[in-house]
Amino acid sequence: MKYLDEFRDGQKATVLIKEIKALVSTMTITAARPLYIMEVCGGHTHSIFRYGLEGMLPKEIELIHGPGCPVCVLPMGRVDDCVSIAEDPNVIFTTFGDAMRVPGSKKSLLQAKAEGADVRMVYSPMDALALARKNPDREVVFFGLGFETTMPSTALTVLQAEAEGIRNFSVFCNHITIVPTIKAILDSPGLQLDGFLGPGHVSMVIGTAPYAFIANFYKKPMVVAGFEPLDILQSIWMVLKQIKEGRADIENQYARIVPDDGNAPALQAVSRVYELREFFEWRGLGSIDHSGVKLRDEYVHFDAEQKFAIPNLKIADPKSCQCGEVLKGVIKPWQCKVFGSACTPESPLGALMVSSEGACAAYYQYGGVKRYKEAV
Amino acid sequence: MNVAPFIHTRKLGKVSVSTVTLAHGGGGKAMKDLIDDVFVASFDNHALAPLEDQARFDLAELATHGDRLAFTTDSFVVDPLFFPGGDIGQLAVCGTVNDLAVGGAAPLYLSCAVIVEEGITVDMLRRIAHSMAKTAKDAGVQIVTGDTKVVQRGACDKLFITTTGIGVIRKGLALGVDTARPGDMVLVNGLLGDHGAAILCARGDMAFDTLIESDCACLHGLIEALLTAAPGVRFVRDATRGGLATVLNEIADASQVAIEIDEAVTPIREQVKAFCEILGLDPLYLANEGKIVVIAPPEQAAAALAAMRAHPLGEGAGIIGRVSQGEAGRVTMRTVFGGRRIVDMLVGEQLPRIC
Repeated sequence: MKYLDEFRDGQKATVLIKEIKALVSTMTITAARPLYIMEVCGGHTHSIFRYGLEGMLPKEIELIHGPGCPVCVLPMGRVDDCVSIAEDPNVIFTTFGDAMRVPGSKKSLLQAKAEGADVRMVYSPMDALALARKNPDREVVFFGLGFETTMPSTALTVLQAEAEGIRNFSVFCNHITIVPTIKAILDSPGLQLDGFLGPGHVSMVIGTAPYAFIANFYKKPMVVAGFEPLDILQSIWMVLKQIKEGRADIENQYARIVPDDGNAPALQAVSRVYELREFFEWRGLGSIDHSGVKLRDEYVHFDAEQKFAIPNLKIADPKSCQCGEVLKGVIKPWQCKVFGSACTPESPLGALMVSSEGACAAYYQYGGVKRYKEAV
Repeated sequence: MNVAPFIHTRKLGKVSVSTVTLAHGGGGKAMKDLIDDVFVASFDNHALAPLEDQARFDLAELATHGDRLAFTTDSFVVDPLFFPGGDIGQLAVCGTVNDLAVGGAAPLYLSCAVIVEEGITVDMLRRIAHSMAKTAKDAGVQIVTGDTKVVQRGACDKLFITTTGIGVIRKGLALGVDTARPGDMVLVNGLLGDHGAAILCARGDMAFDTLIESDCACLHGLIEALLTAAPGVRFVRDATRGGLATVLNEIADASQVAIEIDEAVTPIREQVKAFCEILGLDPLYLANEGKIVVIAPPEQAAAALAAMRAHPLGEGAGIIGRVSQGEAGRVTMRTVFGGRRIVDMLVGEQLPRIC
């Protein structure tokens, strides 16, 4: 595949790994305290496992799989709200595929569907709007989910629905923002992080400027990274180089996609349609100020939270679940008390076991590569 | 002739309406006409025509094919019924023929049980029956018994077909999922994932236009050539639902061995790769309907490969990996990138990723 195979070239990888090892050898890193680099985005986690990158890196580098899987950080109470909306017989509930399996306190959308709710998988909010056009006597609800990556497409769909005067369409808005989340992680006690791989897709929308505080205030290097394995290796090398040189800058490895000042039309649509919530509840991380958005008053007629009487209950994460500590990099997935026993991809207790992008599910599915290395 | 010949030819009934209704499942004349018109006329053989409640076989004749009966059944519920590269009828014949053939059996007879949702057109049913008949004829198997049920709208999705197959296993063959040994080679007969991708595209809810066609095919000819050239082959399985990854896991688990495959030589069509790339799917888990996974001892791997490549359904065959002594039950893949990943069983259905 053109523009993909070039970024999966094993020979170039060998060269990069050599460069990374050379750089590491000039730095004083102990085995007891390796360098901790967090990839913020679930897409990176997926690539890291898909290509077996952890096993290729020197053991002085440990990757911490961050909170950037929007499916994973969705709290149980919100899933319950989804189910409650979906079970209204007049509703066609539309969602991205991997959100179907996220467990609520009683059931997932997949289970609700099996029990008769009209839940449909869509690939774009525009597909949901098309369903609304086709079914004028039903209410079509789109489960708006994701960071800034998916926010503009939902916003544009709302604007389109407004322009067409469609009234049987609404959005259950669970969009979240990345910056307050990174800040919350950086503020959490006991955190040991030496640098970040910045989220490529989110940055394609918001640009790189919003991350300046990470370098300026927290003095941590960040490299906005692409999703192909060579992108990730190169970005790791760039983070190392910053650490080696005692710099903390926001650099952009993914410049072929990410403009430094973001995507203006996308940002315009976002600010037209949404406003920040005071706080938003995250699975594993608790409540984070200004980390979620909702529809502005002008678009309230598209807001499913206003159209439906949703339970809106806060459901605490199971006590045994240590997702929060995994998300912050305090423990590794397999160090969690319930990893692989009470919590498996078949019956996930914690958020990180839910989506294939979740760190725990990735370790479970692709097998904790480091543990595996030790085993053979 | 191994099936008792039917001497008196009776006149077959005809359906006069265009749509199947509950009346066609009622057990009366309407039902008999539908069975005659659609199935008996299409399948056209002496065992079926008298509409006995069972097909009857001459045991001595069966025994000329080998020393063990193979017996299998499969249900087919594909949506849409017609897709690029095939239809549910062809699938229902190929699937059961392949389930017999992978055990080393010569497939001989099939049953065909259908559950029809009222409202489907008789013409569509006829097209599917014709497709089954043609596939069976090409494969050299006979559809010798069947059943027809009609259910209310909503009680099934247009048409479900169950085929059951009988075949006979040649003397001396003993293929087994638990027989893989370290050092054995893993082979496939061609490009993987075409069927799964074709079906997903054909469902039309993705606004994708591709040229990917299902690989649906009867593989007994290929398997016979393979087992003749490499009689020491340990195991053959068709990589249907769950794809290559699932079959490899089944083998690794049953044989308590590790299997490592090499991404660089695992054959996947560029279009299928691109399709999976866009949706966040993994082609290793996509269904195939014309692909087998073969475990061959190292000394017969070359013969097995040559025999498959010489067959039209195995032109793209290749050795994709080997069985090893690592962690029992573990399947890994050496990635094109030089890393190693674990290829586990899928937990549920593969769902497209959000971003």
